[in-house]
Amino acid sequence: MSGHNESILREPLITGSDITYAKITDDILMPVENKPNRAWWIGFIAALCGATLWLVAVSYTFWFGIGSWGLNKTVGWAWDITGFVWWVGIGHAGTLISAVLLLFRQNWRNSINRSAEAMTIFAVICAATYVVSHMGRPWLAYWVLPLPNQFGSLWVNFNSPLVWDMFAISTYFSVSLLFWYTGLLPDIATIRDRATGLRRKIYTIFSFGWSGNVKTWQRFETVSLILAGISTPLVLSVHTIVSMDFATSVIPGWHTTIFPPYFVAGAIFSGFAMVLTLLLVARKVLGLENYITMFHIESMNKIIILTGSIVGVAYITEFFIAWYSGSEYEQYAFINRSTGPYWWAYWMMMTCNVISPQLLWFKKIRLSIPATWILSIVVNIGMWFERFVIIVTSLHRDYLPSSWAMFYPTWVDVSVFVGSIGVFFTLFLLFLRVLPSIAIAEVKLLLKTSSEQAKMAQIKDGHLDKVYVKEYVESLEKFDSVKQEEYAKI
Amino acid sequence: MSNIKYILGSFGDPDEMMHGIEKLQENNIKIHDVYTPMPIHGIEAKLGIKRSRLDILAFFCGITGTVSAFALIYLTSVVDWRNNIGGKPAFALPDFIPIMFELTILFTAFGLVGSYYASSHLFPGRAPRVMDLRATDDRFVIAVDAQENVDHSKIDGLLLEAGAIEVKHNERKYISYE
Repeated sequence: MSGHNESILREPLITGSDITYAKITDDILMPVENKPNRAWWIGFIAALCGATLWLVAVSYTFWFGIGSWGLNKTVGWAWDITGFVWWVGIGHAGTLISAVLLLFRQNWRNSINRSAEAMTIFAVICAATYVVSHMGRPWLAYWVLPLPNQFGSLWVNFNSPLVWDMFAISTYFSVSLLFWYTGLLPDIATIRDRATGLRRKIYTIFSFGWSGNVKTWQRFETVSLILAGISTPLVLSVHTIVSMDFATSVIPGWHTTIFPPYFVAGAIFSGFAMVLTLLLVARKVLGLENYITMFHIESMNKIIILTGSIVGVAYITEFFIAWYSGSEYEQYAFINRSTGPYWWAYWMMMTCNVISPQLLWFKKIRLSIPATWILSIVVNIGMWFERFVIIVTSLHRDYLPSSWAMFYPTWVDVSVFVGSIGVFFTLFLLFLRVLPSIAIAEVKLLLKTSSEQAKMAQIKDGHLDKVYVKEYVESLEKFDSVKQEEYAKI
Repeated sequence: MSNIKYILGSFGDPDEMMHGIEKLQENNIKIHDVYTPMPIHGIEAKLGIKRSRLDILAFFCGITGTVSAFALIYLTSVVDWRNNIGGKPAFALPDFIPIMFELTILFTAFGLVGSYYASSHLFPGRAPRVMDLRATDDRFVIAVDAQENVDHSKIDGLLLEAGAIEVKHNERKYISYE
């Protein structure tokens, strides 16, 4: 880092002209060290209402059983698994940002990885609650663990994708938590050393005694790199295994080999959309425009175009293969999806996931915060419908026309889903209050190389090609946090 | 002998701090430790700190995970409790792979992070050993043992010359202790 200038052809990752190490700490800890503002309270109370609804609906399910959901003999899986897969998918962006982008040395990940990882953990918690509540007898949830025969049940069936899924989700959750918490230690220590009284005592406990000496940092970097290395295949494996819950069955519409890559792409797609939904609001409300810049937003939009297009290709391939397979059951499943009684869900999915992300090819839309925010929500609506379409349309018309049925959700189904969004936002808003929403130490690494002021100093030094400078200044036009006047003077 | 235990050179810039380390080393002054708010690359080489062997450990943790998963599945579903599932073979290796993979990752992560916490003495509630409270915020702090290196004014001079914003003489090793 020392004595190394980054080319001005790269956009700055920190904007602003008076950023110092101390200012980075102050800016990021502002929401943690001060009383919450009105916007936070409004959001928190709304989220808390949702969480209460979730509590009521899940308690109702536990008390009266799964019969309180809209499931029937034909459609035995519906909103619960849709919600589960949706949440797990959303959880993918966090690890992708923190692990895959670290391996690819994408420095822009430094300012968004913390909140994305937090989002991952909360999304996986929401997903896990679905798994437990759909079991019927949730107090026996530990039966999914491999327990010996003498315990009362047989060993679990290790050939079953549902058992694989238990291993995948619990590994994913615990490894993400370790990765997130280890990265948090230096930042918790920063809060600790600035706090007094009780706050200091609390943060002392959670900082694990971090002092920031050389050996600890050296090991920290080794640990981060290895965790990133193992989390990269892990994140790909999780949704692969989730997709195998469906793909290893013999239900037409599920029994396809394209499922693993298609689910993984869809997961990253919805995960990035959720990161945008959260961060576009958070950057404004918390005043973090200098750290989460338009460049970050544009980069995430580009990933959404890529993964959205992969998802689109997968939908079309799936349709083609259904025809090409010559299997009439497979063909019927797909014709029924697009023209049967659930045609509206299918076309909702197609519009939201295939057509709407293509709008991001337009630079104007990609760089517009309101448009991006709306599109990010549209994508997640589409991804919810994708799972609903895959699950319900494949089940509702099975081999015997006499048992064909429709699925109608009850208020409990709806409340568990709406409530889980409340749980998610409650956890996320609490996170914003007690922990730094941006990795302070990692952003400080960027200050001397990739910040706007470092690049400004390079320009002022002279010695740079005029064409490059012009190109750089033009690339800054998209930033809403850059003062253009300063460049007019040069 | 004075009561001063540690001399701290507090820098506002990592490059100046690196320069400070060089200055001290040129004058054969041993550096106790360096505290920084972020990882500084190249500092380990300068201070002669050996590379971390956590990566080797992580590998063996991973292998342990793979073997444990295989042993668990093999012993339960092949040796101890064979189930006839549609007449399919009990020893279905491809079906074992997902769990073997997941446990490899799980064991690596827990083994690695557990050893990291243990070797760096990180655990919940540990009293932080901080010499300068701003070392986790915006200062890069070089600590020199004042009992071993007696020429204090020379150390002060070297640190200030390298660009230290302030030089502190601490009578207590860790100011974070109440």
